[in-house]
Parts: sequence; C-alpha cells; structure tokens
Amino acid sequence: MLDWLSDNRALVAAVIILCLVSSFFASIFYGLKQTRLREKDQVFGDPERTVGGWFWAVCGVSTLLLVWFYFSWGSARAFFPQAANELCQVAKLHEAVSPVTSSLAIESRYSKSKTLLVRNSRQLDELQARLPINVFSPADAARVTLVMQNTQQLISMMATPDFVDQQTIAQIQAIKAGYAAITNELANPKLGWTAAADALAQPSWGITEPEIPLLPVSAKGAMYDALARDAANISKDYLKIRNLAPAAKALIAETKGMIIALKKSSSIDDGDPQIVKERADYMKAVDRIFKRIDDGKIFPAVVMVEMQVAVQSMLDQAERSKGSLGIVEMLFFPAGDIVKSRTQCTEQGPGRWLPKPTDVVATFFALANPDVENGGGYKGTTLLWWKWLPISDVVSFVIPDALIDLLPGDYGRLNDDGRFEPNYKDWMLALAQGDVYLGVVPMLDGHIWDSLFRVLVAMFFGVLLGVPLGIYMGVSRFCKSFFDPMIELYRPVPPLAWAPLILTIFGIQDDGKIFLLFMVAFAIMVISARTGATGAQLSKIRASHSLGANDRQILRYVILPNALPEIMTGIRISIGVCWGTLVAAEMLAGTTGVGFIENVARTVSDYELIWVTILIMGSLGLIFDLMMRWVIGRLIPWRGKG
Amino acid sequence: MADLKCTDLCMTFANQQTGAKVEALKDINFILKKGELLSVLGPSGCGKTTLLNMIAGFITPTSGQIVVGDRVIDGPGADRGMVFQQGALFEWLTVAKNVDFGLRMQGVSEAESRDQVEKWLATVGLQGFADTPTYQLSGGMQQRVALARCLVNDPDVILMDEPLGALDALTREKMQSLVLELWKKTGKTIIIITHSVEEALLLGERLFVMAPRPGRIHKEYQLPFAEWGLKRSLRDIKLEPEFSTVREEILTMIWNMEEEIMGGA
Repeated sequence: MLDWLSDNRALVAAVIILCLVSSFFASIFYGLKQTRLREKDQVFGDPERTVGGWFWAVCGVSTLLLVWFYFSWGSARAFFPQAANELCQVAKLHEAVSPVTSSLAIESRYSKSKTLLVRNSRQLDELQARLPINVFSPADAARVTLVMQNTQQLISMMATPDFVDQQTIAQIQAIKAGYAAITNELANPKLGWTAAADALAQPSWGITEPEIPLLPVSAKGAMYDALARDAANISKDYLKIRNLAPAAKALIAETKGMIIALKKSSSIDDGDPQIVKERADYMKAVDRIFKRIDDGKIFPAVVMVEMQVAVQSMLDQAERSKGSLGIVEMLFFPAGDIVKSRTQCTEQGPGRWLPKPTDVVATFFALANPDVENGGGYKGTTLLWWKWLPISDVVSFVIPDALIDLLPGDYGRLNDDGRFEPNYKDWMLALAQGDVYLGVVPMLDGHIWDSLFRVLVAMFFGVLLGVPLGIYMGVSRFCKSFFDPMIELYRPVPPLAWAPLILTIFGIQDDGKIFLLFMVAFAIMVISARTGATGAQLSKIRASHSLGANDRQILRYVILPNALPEIMTGIRISIGVCWGTLVAAEMLAGTTGVGFIENVARTVSDYELIWVTILIMGSLGLIFDLMMRWVIGRLIPWRGKG
Repeated sequence: MADLKCTDLCMTFANQQTGAKVEALKDINFILKKGELLSVLGPSGCGKTTLLNMIAGFITPTSGQIVVGDRVIDGPGADRGMVFQQGALFEWLTVAKNVDFGLRMQGVSEAESRDQVEKWLATVGLQGFADTPTYQLSGGMQQRVALARCLVNDPDVILMDEPLGALDALTREKMQSLVLELWKKTGKTIIIITHSVEEALLLGERLFVMAPRPGRIHKEYQLPFAEWGLKRSLRDIKLEPEFSTVREEILTMIWNMEEEIMGGA
C-alpha cells in the first residue's frame, strides 16, 4: 500500500490538489454565507463575532497547502509529470551552448574578448609604471619594456578586423551555419523523434535520486536532446578557434624567446637573493599576462556579431519551440528553473529547498516505519515506537553507585582457594550498576519519545521544585529576598547561552539536556507561582484567618488554589520554551531526538528531512498547547470569574 | 458572658516615606453586651474599618486592648467571624465547600458538617445550591453564602464590613431583613459598618457616629428600629416621623464633619 502510494505520488498529489481546491472554494462560499447571516446580529468589535468559524480554518489550511503545492512544483509534477523531463532536455541544449554564450555578450553584459582586452591592457600599463629599474641592467630593462609593448601590440592586432585570417573566418562561418541548421530543425521539427526504450524504463520524476529522469521520454524531449548533442559538438569546434594570423604567430614566438632569455639572464643580481626574487616576481607577472593573450582568444567585435546573432536566434527559437511546455513552465514552475549540470538535471529554486508535500509525507512514513533493520527509523532509532525496557536500567539510573559505597562492611575479596564469592555489598553494587535482571516493562522508544521524555522529566522537576519555592517567595519576605537575586540573575540569560557550559558539566546524554530544560522550566514556574501567590485577595486571606484556618492550611487551601491559574499558565509557557530550547540543545549535541535528526539533515542538505522535522516539532507543540488549554479549561473553570 | 470590651484603643499609622504619624483612632472605649447589634457610621477616614480590623485581630492596636468574654485578642480567630463587602468567597470551591471551610479546617468530618451546612444554607435561603460553583452566583447570593460560611462556625461576634454596599437597592432591602432575622434567631453580637445612614438606623440597636482626625466616637444612639424591623416591614419604618428625625440629625452631623474636612484641607 505504502509502496504503491509512493510510486504514484503524482496521481495522489493530483487527487489531493483537486480536493484542496474544492474545499477552498466550498469553505469560502459557506463562510461568506455565514458571515452575511451573522452580520445582522453583531456589531463590529463584538467579541462574539470571532466565535466559531471552522470553515475559515478549512479555508486557511487549504490555502496554505495549495501554496505549498504550487511553490514546491508539486502541482507541476501532479498534472504535468513529463514537463520536468522535457525541460531537462531544453536545459541540455542550454548547457551545450554555454561555452559559446559565456564568451559572447549573451549571458553576460560584455563579450569575453572585450573583458580580456580591457583588463590585460590596464594591467600592462600598471606593470610598466612600476618597472623596478634597479633589478634590471639597462639592456634588460629595455628588453622587458619591449616584451610588454609586444604584448600590447598583440592585443591590438587581434582586435583589428582586417587582421583576422581567412581560415578563422571560415571556421566561424561553419559554426554559424551549424547553429542555423539547429535553428532550422527547431523551427521545422521533422517527424519521428522517438524516445529510446531505456528512457521509457526510467522511474518518473521525483521517485528516486536523482529526481528528474535524464533521458528524453517524449518526442519533443528527444528533439531537444538530439539537437543538444549537435550543439555540444559545435561548441567543441568553437573552443578550438584561434585568432592567430601568421604575423601574430611570429610576434608570439619572438616575445616568448625574449621572456625565456630574460628569466635566465642575471647580469647584476650578484647573488643578492632580494634582487633575484624581485626580478623573478616581475618577470612572472609579465609572463602571466602574455600567456593570457598568446592563445588567441580575442576577436574583433565585428567578426563575432554575426555568430552572436546566430546563437541568439537559436536560443530564441528553442524558447518558441517549447510551445505548450513554455506555458506550463511559466505557470507551474514559479521562481526557478530546471538546470542541467554535467550528469544530472536538478530543480533550482523553491523546487529544491521546498520539497513537495507528498514527498514530505513519504519521507515521514519512511521514518515512522519501526522496522529499523529494513530502512525504517533514522540512524538506527525509530521515530516513535516501543521497546522492552529492563527494570535494572531504571534502577541503575536512580541509585548512584556511590550510595552503595556508604553501606557498612567491605566489598568481597578473593578466597584463599582462588575463587571469588560476592558478599551482600557486591550484590547491591551489581544492582546499582544494573547488572541484575529484574524483568522488563514495555516502554516508549524513538526520537520523538526521547525529545518528549526530556521535556517531561524537566517539566516534572521544574514544577515539583519551582511551584513550592515560588509560593514561598510569594508569602515570605525572607524567601523572596534571599532567592530573588539568584533566580533573576540566571533567568534572563538565554538557555542556549548556558548550553555549552551545561553540556560540558553534565555530558551530552540526557542528563545535560534535562538539566538545561529544568533551568528554563524552574525559573518560569517560580515566577508564575510567585505571581499567583502574591495575587491572592487580602479579603480572602483574612476571611480564612477568621474561619480559623492556620497558616499551613491557608497555604494549602487558599493560596495554592488561588495561584493555580497562574501556575497553569506558567506550565503552558514553560512547555513551549522547553520545547524550543530542547530542539536547539539537541542540535548542539546528542545522538537521538528530533533536533538531532534536523541537525544531521542540515549537514547533508536533506531538505525533505528538515521539513519533516519542522513539521513534527510544530505538530507536537500544537498538541501540547491544545492539551494544556483543555486541562486549564477543566481544572480552573472559575478563571477570570472570581 | 461573651461581652466585647474595648479599652483605650489607639491606633497610629506612620507614613512609610515621610514618617508623619496619623492618628487613625484615639481613645476608643465601649462595651458591647452579648447579643447586641451595633452599627457604625461615619465619614470616610474616620477609622471604622480600622476598628473592625482590630477587633477581628488582623491588625494590632498601638495601645489599649480588646477583650471578648475573658480573652484578650491578639490575632484573628474563629470566635470572631467576618463578612466582607465582596463576599471574599473561594471561587474554586462549591457553595457547600465554602460554607464548611471553617469546620473542615478545624478537622470536623464531612459527615458531621453536612447537616450544619444544610441547616445554614436553608436559613440564608440557599437550599439546593450546595453543589453550585460560587462563581455562578449573583452578588446577593454570594453574600448569603458568606453569611452562612460565617455562621456555621458559631462565632461569638460577627463583624460585617459594609456587607451590603455592593448590592442593588432591592436585594439590599431583602438582605437587611435577613440580617435582622439572623440576629434574632442566633442571638449573636453583631457589628455592622456601613455608609448608608438608613441602613445604620435600621440595623443598629446601638449606633456609633464616628468622627475623623483623630478617629473617635462622636455620638452614640440607642435606637428602637431594629426591634421594630423584626415585626414590621422595613419600608414602613422608614416612613415613621421618628425615623426621619434621627436620620436628618445624623445626616446633618456627618455633612458638617465632611465640610470641616474639606475646609481644613
């Protein structure tokens, strides 16, 4: 079932999207009708006007999911499963001409010739201006100057239209013709482009890695694919062209010889390492500029103009020949492109970092599979499952070994006959170390449970210790003034600032994180319990005194219940803050937990997994809060009515 | 034998910032016999509530002493029940749990207290409300619960700090009758503080008119209206010429005191 769903994601998504669209419109229709009915009863600003309205919630959720489907290209995949493959073939054509387009003024503002000419001329001028006379003999200095003048002359020669020789012109004409032929084929596609058998056997878009199938599966795609290969050959030819007429070759040979000679000759260095080094550096700079020029990649603008027109018209034609594919791309592939690079086609844009909702669900189910041996769970731990927990583990966690050391008597020693008989203290130690089998109990397990467990334990201790302290701080001047500085000093520090310290002291296992969360929960619980305790109405306290209650009874039966609303609010807030802190703490260290999953996913840029963890955290936070709201409603119905 | 006796009561408050001393009460002396109904009237700032709080034991007088029966008061206790303006009910408890709060605190078992609670709820007219949460009750009903909660403890003295001040006129009249009825039925010593001259006349066998700066008993009356109120409608009594005469006299007295404060300020 899951496999079938996984293989037919496009179909599933198409059905879901249609449902979402209909629920979107249905909820708007229903909502507008309800609004018209109610407007008669309630004036603007009446709080009653916000009561209810589940249909707008449906509308909001539908909108969110539809936006998600749209921008993740999920709707494109659902309704046009071939489009990505075809766009991949178009991208192949773009990749094939990219050596040409990048050297002409098509993808960039200026042609490569212009850039080479301007930059190297400027650098030559600079170099000439700082010619170090003291490291060259006068003769050498003259020769170096000549080398630079030659280089400059070479640049000028290449940029002159008359200078280009016939062979080069012919090569350029051939390339132009090649592009024209491709343009022609794009404009008048011959029938009979067919997809190969192995292409049809490829998994469709989004099922495996890499996501987009590379081989063309449609006639249109096959055309682009074949023409991309032609274009790639033309590009190869283009890269071979050199603007080197005989005169240039002669000048290059002469200059090269001079450079070699200058590098060797050292008439005045006298073995001074400083001078040798300075001279070598300068010659290296001269040689570097010369080598950029001597491969003949500078062409006069006039010569290249026609080629540029040919390439541009081919690209324009490629765009026009997309036909309906172009419309689909414009409408359903927002804010990005499909790009071919070397061995694969990839989604660039939101399609890359915003995974499709169906993929996220599929990843979630893969994680949720409790069968760790067969690819379920994450890094050897399930997401949320159960296991048999040995009771001895719990015992060893609760009883510290050092406690056993305090027991009277000594640990057992070796007998004289070479055997060891453990005495009672050895047995107690074994118990405290969890080596005694005490049976097993079923226990929740998995990344989510680990995270939950940390929060719950920290909350438990936070409430257990924080509420009494807060209450006492609310009723006792000593408690208030004694503990206030400590708590108020550590409370404003962001928990994550404490994290490195706490994790160093307590270790990266559960203890450290639980303590960190405890610190967070404790401070919030103290503050809220204290606020609740000090908020008791004086007349209530006096009334209970008059009714004969003693101090302890007043604390238990009047101040505590009176503080309960504040305490519950405190619990609600601290669960939220703990949850946020926990995830961050798990990102710092640890081997389990939802934050850990996200941290690993982050390092490998697994965006689907990142989104899965984000959704898990969001949902758990929401569930926590709904539970707390329900509990508060049941536990303190008098809230706001006292 | 549970007479209330105040001897040379003085109360001086020191301002926290300036250290200036204010004499809230000075040389208060009176004896209230068991079963007497006393109402206290006076302009604001004359120390009525301070007097009540001292009798209840919430604050300690600077000098002088208060004796109930033969015991000198040094703190709050169940022998002096208090009813506040706003009920001061425990809103997290039901009506019955509010009423038996005092008994529970003294360790009386629920079975024993149940009859008491039912009896007093019936007396204040709240049969069938035992299990209602108090936050669902109206103001008048909340005051009835407060009365029952106080009475169930069987105190020697009942102190009422403007108990009917926050109620509407009609409810107030009903509650005035209820207070008289309870006074008659239980024979308790009751002290009522009020702002309303009419209420003070109706609910006071004795009436103290207090004056401010320093707080003192300005004039004392012995009045017949509370006795009348047990037999006749309160509205009739208000129409009696005798009632009007005293009312006008006291109103003028308080008016003059207020004028004096304003002029002096």
